[in-house]
Amino acid sequence: MTTPSTDPNSSSFFDPGDDLTTRVQSVRDGKTTTSLRLESMLTAAESTNPSLHAFHEVLTDFARATAASVDARLAAGEDPGPLAGSVIAVKDNICTTEGRTTCGSRMLENYRSPFDATVITRLLDAGATLIGKTNMDEFAMGSSTETCAWGPVRNPHGINRVPGGSSGGSAVAVAAGIADAALGSDTGGSIRQPAAFCGCVGFKPTYGRISRFGLVAFGSSLDQIGPLTRSVRDAAAIYEVLAGVDSNDATTSDLPVEPSMADGPFDPASLRVGIPREHYTTRNHPGVTERLERIIDSLRAVGATIIDIDLPLTDYGISTYYVIAPAEASSNLSRYDGIRYGYRADPRPGEGLEELYARTRSEGFGPEVQRRIMLGTYVLSAGYYGAYYKRALQVRRLIKQEFDAAFTKCDVLLGPTSPHPAFQIGAKLEPISMYLNDVYTVNANIAGIPAISIPGGMVEENGEALPIGLQLQAPAFHETSLLRIASTIESLVRSA
Amino acid sequence: MTSSDSNSAPTLADVAKVAALSRLALDPDALDSARGDLLAILQHVANLQTLDVEGVEPMPKPQDTVNRLAEDVPGPSLDRDVLLAMAPKTEGHFIAVPKVLGEGGA
Repeated sequence: MTTPSTDPNSSSFFDPGDDLTTRVQSVRDGKTTTSLRLESMLTAAESTNPSLHAFHEVLTDFARATAASVDARLAAGEDPGPLAGSVIAVKDNICTTEGRTTCGSRMLENYRSPFDATVITRLLDAGATLIGKTNMDEFAMGSSTETCAWGPVRNPHGINRVPGGSSGGSAVAVAAGIADAALGSDTGGSIRQPAAFCGCVGFKPTYGRISRFGLVAFGSSLDQIGPLTRSVRDAAAIYEVLAGVDSNDATTSDLPVEPSMADGPFDPASLRVGIPREHYTTRNHPGVTERLERIIDSLRAVGATIIDIDLPLTDYGISTYYVIAPAEASSNLSRYDGIRYGYRADPRPGEGLEELYARTRSEGFGPEVQRRIMLGTYVLSAGYYGAYYKRALQVRRLIKQEFDAAFTKCDVLLGPTSPHPAFQIGAKLEPISMYLNDVYTVNANIAGIPAISIPGGMVEENGEALPIGLQLQAPAFHETSLLRIASTIESLVRSA
Repeated sequence: MTSSDSNSAPTLADVAKVAALSRLALDPDALDSARGDLLAILQHVANLQTLDVEGVEPMPKPQDTVNRLAEDVPGPSLDRDVLLAMAPKTEGHFIAVPKVLGEGGA
C-alpha cells in the first residue's frame, strides 16, 4: 500500500515498477488477488477520507462482489479482461447504477442513475473493480475542488493545499494509493491540472475519442473523459479500453483505436519538441521554470530537436473558454428544474411552476454554478450573442489554426500544465484568479486536441515540496504518438 | 436584453433580467454581487474584441465533422416506473407539479 507522503524531501514520482500495469500482472500471476488488493484500498479509503475527502461514496459491497467475481473467473482459467485485478475510482459526474451520482451538487444529492455510462460498462467489461465515486467541483466548475457541495478535497502532498480540480478527488485517490487509477472529466483542464497538483498522470484524449454517454454534461463541445494514473502506460491501457465509437454518443469518432504502446517509447533522437514561448513567462513559479529548463536540457542531451513555437493566442484561451463553456453550461443545466429528478424546493402555498423552478435552482446550485449559468445566459442573449458567443467561436477557429500551424513544425508541444504548484485552500476565491489556473490547459479543449500531464518533479514553496506537471499536446487523433512520446519523456524527467 | 448595448456594462436591471432568464431567484444583495462578478468576467473577456475575426467561420465544435446518424429503429428504453421513481413528487402514473395555468386559464 502506498500512503500519501508528507515528507518534503520525498520524490513526487511513483515507483515505476509499481503501477496498474504491474499490479494487474501480479494478480494474473497469482501473487495476490483482486480481493486482497481491494481490501487494503478500502482500508486506505476509510483511514484517509476524514482528512483528504477524496470520496463522496465508497462502493464497498459492489466492489467486493466484483473483485470476488474477477478472482473466481481468473481461478477458473477465464480471462475477465485487460483490467482484471485493478481497482479504479470514478468521478462523481459519471453515471453509475451503483451508488449515487451527485456531481458534487445538492441538486443531485440523492440522484441514482438508472443506467451506467458507456465508460463504466467498458471498465467493468474489461475486468476492473470500481471502488467508489470521487469528490469534484460542483458540476465540474472549478480548479480546486473547493466548490464541491460536500466540502473541499485536500492534497496529500500538502494537507492545507487544494488538489486541483475539478477532478480533485480522482487525483487524490490515485496519489494517496486508494485506487490504481481513476476516471476524471476534462472540460478546460479538469483532469490535467489536478494530476499535476497531485503528482499523477492525467490524460485528456481527442474530442470524440471517448463516449460521453452517461457523463453529466457541462460544456458539450469541450467535455472529454479520461484517466488519472500512476504511469503513462497505465493511461494508455485505460484509454484503449474506453476509446472508440459508441452508438449512444453521436459525437464519438469511428476512427480506429490503435494499441498505443505496442511500439514502445518514442525514439528521442527523432523527436521534435515544440516549446510555446507563451507558456514560459514570468507568470510561472520560479521552480516550475527551473524544472522545465532542466527537462528541456535533458531532451537536447538525448538528441531531441527543440523548436521554438509561437502561440500568441494563448492568453485569449481563457476568454474564449469563459464564453463558450458557460454558454453551453447554461443550456445543459436548464434541465435541473426540480420536476423529473433531482432536488425540488419545498412547495409554498400559492407558488406557481415558474417560482418553483427558480427557487429549486437557487437552492440546489452553489454560487459558482449560478455564476456560470448567468454568464452563459448573458452571452447568449439577444444583443450580446454576436459580441461574445459568436466571436468566441470565431476565435476558437483561430486557436485551432494556430495549433495546426504549430504541429507542422513539431510532434508535440511541451510546457507546464499549470503556472504554479498546488495553492492553499481559500487562496483564490476571486473567480478570475481561479479561472487563470487553466491558462495552459483550456486551449486543448477549445481545439479538441489530446493533451497529457505527466509528473515533472517537485518544487518548493513555503517549506513544502510540491509536485508540478508537464503538459504535452499533440494533433487531434494522434494519441498513439502522444502516449509514446509521453512515455519517453516520463523516463527522462525522473533523472532530470 | 434591451436596456444596454454590447459595449456598455450590464445594469442591475440587466442582471435581474439575466437571473429571470436563468430561472434563478436572487435577492437584491445576490443580484448586486452577481453584477460585480459579471462585470469582472466581461472585463476580462473583453480582449476578444481586439482580435480581427473578419471572415472567420464560427466553430461550434472543435472538429468540422458532422455527427453520425443512427438508423431509426426502436431499441430498449428505460422502464416508466424506474423513471417515475426518480421524480421528487408523483401522483399515480404522473409527475406532480404546481398549478401551471392561472385562475380561469391562461
